[in-house]
Amino acid sequence: MELNANIPSGPIEKAWETHRFEMKLVSPANKRRYTIIVVGSGLAGASAAATLGELGYNVLCFTYHDSPRRAHSIAAQGGINAAKNYQNDGDSVYRLFYDTVKGGDFRSREANVHRLAEISLNIIDQCVAQGVPFAREYGGLLDNRSFGGAQVSRTFYARGQTGQQLLLGAYQALERQIAAGSVQMFTRSEMLDVVVVDGQARGIVTRDLVTGEVHSYAADAVVLGTGGYSNVFYLSTNAKACNVTAIWRAYKRGAAMANPCFTQIHPTCIPVAGDYQSKLTLMSESLRNDGRVWVPKAKDETRRARDIPEAERDYFLERKYPSFGNLAPRDIASRSAKEVCDEGRGVGDTGQGVYLDFADAIGRLGEDTIRERYGNLFEIYERITDENPYQVPMRIYPAPHYTMGGLWVDYNLMSTIPGLHVIGEANFSDHGANRLGASALMQGLADGYFVLPYTIGHYLATAKPGPVDTSHAAFGEVEQEIAHRTRRLLEIRGKRTVDSIHQELGRIMWNHCGMSRTAAGLSQALERIPALRDEFWQNVTVPGGNEQLNQSLEKAGRLADFLEFAELMCRDALDRSESCGGHFREEHQTSDGEALRDDEHYAHVSVWEYRGPEAAPVLHSEPLTFDHVALAQRSYK
Amino acid sequence: MNLTLHVWRQAGPSEAGRLVTYDAPDVSPEMSFLEMLDVVNERLIERGQEPIAFDHDCREGICGSCSLVINGVPHGPRRGTATCQLHMRTFSDGDHIWIEPFRARAFPIVRDLIVDRSAFDRIIQTGGFIGVSTGSAPDANAIPIPKAVADRSMDAAACIGCGACVAACPNASAMLFTAAKISHLGLLPQGRPERTKRALAMVQRMDLEHFGGCTNYGECHTACPKEIPLETIALLNRDYLKASLVSRD
Ligand SMILES: Cc1cc2nc3c(=O)[nH]c(=O)nc-3n(C[C@H](O)[C@H](O)[C@H](O)COP(=O)(O)OP(=O)(O)OC[C@H]3O[C@@H](n4cnc5c(N)ncnc54)[C@H](O)[C@@H]3O)c2cc1C
Ligand code: FES
Repeated sequence: MELNANIPSGPIEKAWETHRFEMKLVSPANKRRYTIIVVGSGLAGASAAATLGELGYNVLCFTYHDSPRRAHSIAAQGGINAAKNYQNDGDSVYRLFYDTVKGGDFRSREANVHRLAEISLNIIDQCVAQGVPFAREYGGLLDNRSFGGAQVSRTFYARGQTGQQLLLGAYQALERQIAAGSVQMFTRSEMLDVVVVDGQARGIVTRDLVTGEVHSYAADAVVLGTGGYSNVFYLSTNAKACNVTAIWRAYKRGAAMANPCFTQIHPTCIPVAGDYQSKLTLMSESLRNDGRVWVPKAKDETRRARDIPEAERDYFLERKYPSFGNLAPRDIASRSAKEVCDEGRGVGDTGQGVYLDFADAIGRLGEDTIRERYGNLFEIYERITDENPYQVPMRIYPAPHYTMGGLWVDYNLMSTIPGLHVIGEANFSDHGANRLGASALMQGLADGYFVLPYTIGHYLATAKPGPVDTSHAAFGEVEQEIAHRTRRLLEIRGKRTVDSIHQELGRIMWNHCGMSRTAAGLSQALERIPALRDEFWQNVTVPGGNEQLNQSLEKAGRLADFLEFAELMCRDALDRSESCGGHFREEHQTSDGEALRDDEHYAHVSVWEYRGPEAAPVLHSEPLTFDHVALAQRSYK
Repeated sequence: MNLTLHVWRQAGPSEAGRLVTYDAPDVSPEMSFLEMLDVVNERLIERGQEPIAFDHDCREGICGSCSLVINGVPHGPRRGTATCQLHMRTFSDGDHIWIEPFRARAFPIVRDLIVDRSAFDRIIQTGGFIGVSTGSAPDANAIPIPKAVADRSMDAAACIGCGACVAACPNASAMLFTAAKISHLGLLPQGRPERTKRALAMVQRMDLEHFGGCTNYGECHTACPKEIPLETIALLNRDYLKASLVSRD
């Protein structure tokens, strides 16, 4: 497999501009002759589909939701970064670039990250013009807050509903194109495979989730904006339906998978309450601006939080990281919380929790200011826990949240299958081994509004894909495979529900491939996952039939893919014998417990190639070079 | 606690539906309403029966997927709360709970508790946007917007498009949904140029989709999980009236 990242040569500040100039264009009259499939209508997919429609391409957009507005992006709370430097606090494109490379623990591509930082400026302009009601100061100008891993205020936000407002902006732009006839929208349609003809991605096959019908769609290029795979852990902050199917099936058709073990565990989530727990709820990281994280100094403390005197509290982030304090990056904050809980100092019934306390901030700023900043988050918390965070500290614990890994793409966002492009959380591109807060929304929109619409034109103008339609034999074959698989799932009629097996997979992954990992644990997981997969294919039960809306069948198909993907994730984690960002291998840590990278052996992207059901996947690597941000151990002390 | 559920089951849009009774034993007060349904469903599946189909995704009250009429009230008894955020501590041991789909002519039933709300997307298509294409925007701070105006716009923009307003309305009107979008965009300077055109087009579409007219019951606001203000409807009416006066066709 040949990996060419296609990074433009020349100075990094000019790379994107030069590249844009050098890319071939498709003339306006020719654009409507090209059909582009966009799978996904989250921030990445909706912004891409809308922009491609505006440019005049013929776009087909797919989502398994009943409306594009329901995509998981809607749930993002805290904000979106941009190097506007409106606060005059020393921010710049270069600083955002620097923070992101460093925050990612030197496992991302410098050129991609620089482009992202440049484009961040355009995104905010675009969103304001669309009517995104960002928070404002009394003077009428845009307000900013700060987020983990940064010492400047560069995060734009709309109360605690930033993702919702950004997605509605993109959704509305998309609906405008649907009305204009340039985008055709397919809702409640799940993509189940990519169709490759003569080495190029030429279409997809879907299942209509209402009727069960299998359909083929042909195109000149395919774009996946299908989100992340945190639900491999069963419990995560992701929406229930988020899954790995689209990128996993593409992987099995030849798209390489990059860094699958790079997952982010978010430090501020509401702790698990019971076995019936169906998902975990994030409390935006922005809360760490004003909340102080602590646990009792003593083990097995039984007093209520308010009764524990100041001197007997351990504000462990402030103690360990005096310069960043409660705003230490996510991986560090999560691991520190796990450490104090492992020591027996955790709080709440399960002991799996730490306090996030607003008493000081309320004393300093008043309850009204805190309500103004975080009112809706406090409400979410109160609804779930029945505790009032204005009066008692919140209890939080880390939970799986975001996946930095994904399909490998080059600088043009194209995978190793020519014509198959991947955007948003589904690709591996910009966050290295750890993503900074408020950077996923930025990346999704950068990819969809400002990068892909250019690079895909270049692909079409140079590859000149010939005429192919769904009567091509390749489509028929894929349809057959899908029908066969569905039949198999329905015929097992075993004893276990899909969810019970998913929960079991989640426990394996959380224990062995979660916040901290060891060679022994990963090897154990690599034995247990195939066994669980066999159990699934022999003993799962999926009631109902295919020709109907069947939610058990949908879940079963997704779990079948998670059960294969999980193995690759553990394999990747085992291979990467170093600690970096969210990937913490206990064997590799400094004397004070920080992640210890091994730049000599692992300053690369791990890229996995599928070689068939019986063969082991083959590992390739894309070396990473750091010409602008000097490789150094991250320090937030 | 032990509960008895009466749940609407309907195999498809043209099939007959009926209420079916299920026991829900050992429900923990800490569970969410949907987690309670998950547990009931797991038990059905273990017995080889088809689970109750319902829409849901984020389970944090923001995606607008969940619906359900619970004891006659869209999203159940707690104000400003979507079904997915409702917790079982709201109910008591021995309660009977009636669970039905959102009902409206414009929201045909797909299966069990799932309805088709795509009419909302079609309303947005006719004008629920600002006509600015990617790449043509001025600097974000070029037009200052008073905080109070931005806040009011945000109050309206908080709509999650769940359709509870329609389900609650005796006329099955989509007025609050439409008014929320018209207010969100119309209050901002960026949205002003298309204001009258937007109001006219969206209201027309609402009628075409068979939503009823608004006769000011206000039930929509009471049922709304985001408590979208009723004043948005006044804003819509003002824009619509102005549009009708200046419209030449
Ligand atoms: C609770 C929460 C809070 C967050 N807060 C922030 C924040 O404050 N700032 C920030 O920057 N980031 C935040 N993030 C991360 C960010 O929200 C996501 O990374 C980002 O929105 C992903 O966007 P996306 O477009 O790539 O994918 P998604 O929004 O997940 O969209 C995926 C789309 O693909 C479709 N799809 C997937 N598979 C298929 C298939 N097989 N067939 C058809 N359609 C398919 C789905 O229907 C959906 O439309 C948060 C994440 C969570 C979970
Ligand atoms: S499931 Fe998303 S709003 Fe209820």
